[in-house]
Parts: sequence; C-alpha cells; structure tokens
Amino acid sequence: MAQKTYLEAIRDGIREEMERDERVMILGEDVGAKGGVFGVTDGLQKQFGEWRVLDSPLAESCIVGVAIGAALNGMRPIAEIQFQDFIMPAVDQIISEAAKMRYRSNGDWGVPMVVRAPFGGGVHGALYHSQSIEAIFCHIPGLRVVVPSSPYDAKGMIIGALRDPDPVLYFEHKRAYRAIKGEVPDGEYTVPLDTANVVRSGDDIAVFTYGMMVHTALEAAERIAADGFECEVIDLRALRPLDRGAIVSSARKCGKVLVLQEANLAVSVASEVSAIIAEECFEHLDAPVMRLGGPEIPAMPYAPPLEHAYLITAEKVDKALRELAAY
Amino acid sequence: MAVTKPDAKDEAGLDAGTLRELYRNMLRSRLLDERMWVLNRQGRAPFWISGMGHEAVQVAFGMNLRPGYDWIAPYYRDLALTLVLGMTPKDHLLSVLARADDPNSGGRQMPAHYGCHRLNIISTGSPVGTQLLHAAGLALASRMRGEDAVAFTSIGEGGTSEGDFHEALNFAATHRLAVLFVVENNGYAISVPWEKQMPTPDVADRATAYGIPGVVVDGGDAMACYRVAREATERARRGEGPTLVEAKVLRLTSHSSDDDQRRYRSLEVLEEEKQRDGVLRFRAQLEELGVLKPGDAEEMRAELVRELDRALDEAEAAPQPDPDTVLRHVYAEDR
Repeated sequence: MAQKTYLEAIRDGIREEMERDERVMILGEDVGAKGGVFGVTDGLQKQFGEWRVLDSPLAESCIVGVAIGAALNGMRPIAEIQFQDFIMPAVDQIISEAAKMRYRSNGDWGVPMVVRAPFGGGVHGALYHSQSIEAIFCHIPGLRVVVPSSPYDAKGMIIGALRDPDPVLYFEHKRAYRAIKGEVPDGEYTVPLDTANVVRSGDDIAVFTYGMMVHTALEAAERIAADGFECEVIDLRALRPLDRGAIVSSARKCGKVLVLQEANLAVSVASEVSAIIAEECFEHLDAPVMRLGGPEIPAMPYAPPLEHAYLITAEKVDKALRELAAY
Repeated sequence: MAVTKPDAKDEAGLDAGTLRELYRNMLRSRLLDERMWVLNRQGRAPFWISGMGHEAVQVAFGMNLRPGYDWIAPYYRDLALTLVLGMTPKDHLLSVLARADDPNSGGRQMPAHYGCHRLNIISTGSPVGTQLLHAAGLALASRMRGEDAVAFTSIGEGGTSEGDFHEALNFAATHRLAVLFVVENNGYAISVPWEKQMPTPDVADRATAYGIPGVVVDGGDAMACYRVAREATERARRGEGPTLVEAKVLRLTSHSSDDDQRRYRSLEVLEEEKQRDGVLRFRAQLEELGVLKPGDAEEMRAELVRELDRALDEAEAAPQPDPDTVLRHVYAEDR
C-alpha cells in the first residue's frame, strides 16, 4: 500500500469517485486552476473540466444553495467552503434548507450533498482561520458530521459521504493535511459515517476524541504507558450521529474517561459524549468524567504564545491522564 | 433601465382557447384561495397565506412551463402557479387541513409551503430567498446534462432585500443559466411599504447590474404577463440566460390570516385596489373581446365551485398523520 498524506487521500477519494460517477462535481472558491487554497482539488479541473470543478463567486450561501439545487436535480455536489470559519453565511442554507428538506417533504426530496471545510488551529491562522465550530452542526437532526483523522479514513469517508443520500459535513483538520501520513489502499473502499474507531486498546482510561487530537492523545497515551497505565483511544470520527455503542463499551471497560477536543467545551461534542456516559455508564465509572478542550474565548489568537496557550498539547493531555489515573 | 412593456391587448396574439384557459386558471385559484380564508375564519384551518391579486403572472408562467420537466422553486404566494402545473385544489385543502396525504409535506409544514415531487416543484421552507439559489443549482444541473429545462423561481419584493437574491442572480447570470426570476411586487413586506425597503421603485432595474434583461409588467394584465412569460421562458430555453421579471401585483388580502392590514394601510387604498383586481379586469376584457359570452363566466365559476366542494369533502374525510410517523424521514430510509 502506498503512503499518502491526509490531503492526498482526500483528493484520491474525490478523483476516483468523480471518475466512477459523473454526477459528482465540486463547487467552491479557488477550487479550479489554483486547486484550492490548500491544494486538495489540485489537478481536478484539468481532468474533469470547468463545469464539474467550478470556481464559484466569493459567496458561501451561493456555494451551498446552488449545491442544494444541483443535488435536488440529480447531481452529487461537493460544496467546498474555504475555511470552516467562513461557513456562517451558508448556515441558513445548511440548517434551514439541506437539513430539513427530507423531513419537511415527508421523504419526497433529499439533498445528497457533501460540504467540505478545513478547520482547526495551530497554523498561525488567528481568529478566523483556526476555529473548530463543528458542534453547531452536530446539534442539527438531518445532518451528518464527520471528521477523519487518518489518510485511510479520509479517503474512505469522502467516498462514503459522496454515496450518502443525505447532507454530510466533512471537516478536515488543516494541520493534518501534510503532517499526517499513512497507508492508503488504491481503489474503491468506504468507511462508515456512523462508527467510531478504537485506534489504541487499553483498559485503564478511555480517551474519546477526534481530528488532530487523536494524534495528540496517542502521543500522551504512549507517555503514560511508560508508567504502566494503558489508555484506550477512541477516534469518534462520526460526530453526528455519535457511535453510542462504541462510547458506552469503552467507557464501561475502562471506568475512567477523558473526553478531549480542540473546540471549546460548552455545549459541544464533548458535552454530548459526557452526557451519554453519564446516562449509560454511571455504575461502571471509577472517576468523574473529565473533559479537556479549548478555552472559552471567542477564537484562537495570532501571537505564538497566545496561540500556544489555546492549543491542547500532549503535555496537557498527559497531565489530565495522570490526574485521572491517580483518582 | 428596466424595459416597461406596452399594453399588450392588441399584440398578445393569443387564441380564444388560450385566453379562456388563462382566465379559468386565475378564477380556479381565486375560488380556492377564498375558500381557504373561509376555512380559517370558521376555525377549521389554523393558518392561510394568500396569493389573491398575484394570479395573472403565476398563471402566465405556469402555462409556459413544461410540468414535470422544468424545475420550480416557488414561494408561498404561488397557489395559482402550482394549480396550473398540475396540483389540485384537493392537494392544497389536504395541506391547509394538515392531512397525511398532503403532497406538499404530509401535513408537516404550514400551508402554502409548496412542493410536489412528480411535478419537479421542490419543497420550500419559510426562510425568505433561499429558493433562488436552489433554482440556480437546478438550472446548473440541467445545463451540465445538456437538457433544455428551465428553472422558475419567485419571490416577493420584500425578499429581494435578502443577500441570497443577489447571490442567485449573480451566479445564474455569470453562467447564463436558464433561470426565470419572477418578483411578485405587491409593495409590502408584511407591513413595510416598498419605499422603506429599497431606494428605487423597480426591482427589475437591478437586472442591469447582472447584464440580463429586467422586465416590469403589470401583474394585473394577464395578456401582458403571458407575453412576458413566453418571451422569458423561450429565451432561457434557447440557452440565452436568465431574465428578471417584476410583476407589479396587488396584495388583495392581509399578509396572512394572522395579520390585519387595516392597521397599516388606508381603507381608501384597499377599496381602490379591489377595483383594480386582475381577475375582474380580465373577465371584463374577455367579455369585451367576445371570448367570454354572456353567462360563460358564471358557468365556469359554478363548475369550479363544484370541483372545490367535492375536493373539500374528500380532504376533510382524509386521515390526519399518524403520530407514530413523527420520527420518520429525518434521514433516508432506503440507504
């Protein structure tokens, strides 16, 4: 199997699916000749033409609204939002329209559309190129929200998303694009959009997380393993719906739980995971559920010391794990 | 500058059959609309939002579209349009009574949130203006497949203040997509008159900025509306791009059944507008032209009322949605 970056894996998945299914198209800012600001769609316009890889005007509601219309008329569009931070003008189209189309039409109309957007910080992107606002969409029935953390999942989940009959928000951690490499099979495979993935087995502490934090958690887990504590690291990867069974199973097995994310904690994915554990694992817990996430500030600041102060590092995770271990 | 079409009486070139059909469609919608208000005032229907005064332009476009082939992204005053395309009074009575068999939404949405899968009328929600972008996307998909289908979309002048209005016109015009943008300008966004919504009276003027035709038409002149609709539709079908049509219409009712426009509009003006009602005007015109003979209009009306009475009986006898279905259709069931 070939070693690919996370970014290459996404592009491979899109390209292969576009070769197989002529309904698949991409609509977004700079996706054409430039290949996207991060290069995810590099070369695709040359291969598939200016209609199927369409440089949109600088208008997010337009990108998503047009994609919804195209989806209703038989296409399988990818609406690329350049940064998750700039998705706000499209939120009406995503939440009021795409998410509700099937329900409000009593099953007559569906929106098979994928909205892709890079999220996350640690790249000197400051307030508006670093956010992690996935929780907004996780609240909404009718949407699927996924965040792959590995190149393998990135390819399998983009193909899975493009074959899903409902709107899928596919969020890519921008720091993973080139930093994360891994084995990616050639050809067609899908990864389910509703299952978590145990990426490290252990029975002392269950760590639930997603995105780049999966890699941070694995690093911290190795450190504490040296002291005899084995963490189970669960990559949630499907944020809506959450894999309730996997969450309950690992939490019961370990009895101690850390829920970890880059986003701030209030009313977030970590809140929901914690609530599921409180509801279903109370008698199996040996410590209160611990959450670790970004601070309650509007977004990540620019200056390196401030940015660093925001980020959840392996040191911070290690400290939290040791607190839990000692409880 | 918007192009104001001259009065079309002598140049519409419409045969008597088409003229009668135009009138019948307008009257059919009007009678159903009036019945909806009665049901509301009788306490049998919680809500209604009307298209009275908007019928002519909707019927004109409806008769120029190909039902089930062209795409429709309507708004909540488009009762007449949906009837011309093939929906029935019973369909809408099922909706206003929130019955399970309502084809718009199975009783899930408020009435007048139109949608009909077999006729390519996409489901519409309540946020204003979002549907214009859907129309651009619908037309984009047709264009990519090399089809000559057109996408009709409509909005009130109130909705033209939304950003999606600009974004949709900009996108459709840039790519010369086959979209018919129809603004049904009745002068009021609920209670706010047009003077407080926009700096100039004609929405159609904005077409200039997108390099597309902008046409103002008297929405009470059915023949003029028909000609404008035919021209815009043919233009779009030929691949020459979108047209922005602004029909100056009358809002002959309050905004909705929960509104009372006498609180913010003068009784004199409301009375005067009733005299300019397009349905009355068109009948007089057709009688003058001899297209409608004495007694024809009454006969047509009686036949339509019989249809309506039957439809209401059937709709009232239809079952309400089963509460056990409330969780269905959040996601696709045939995955």
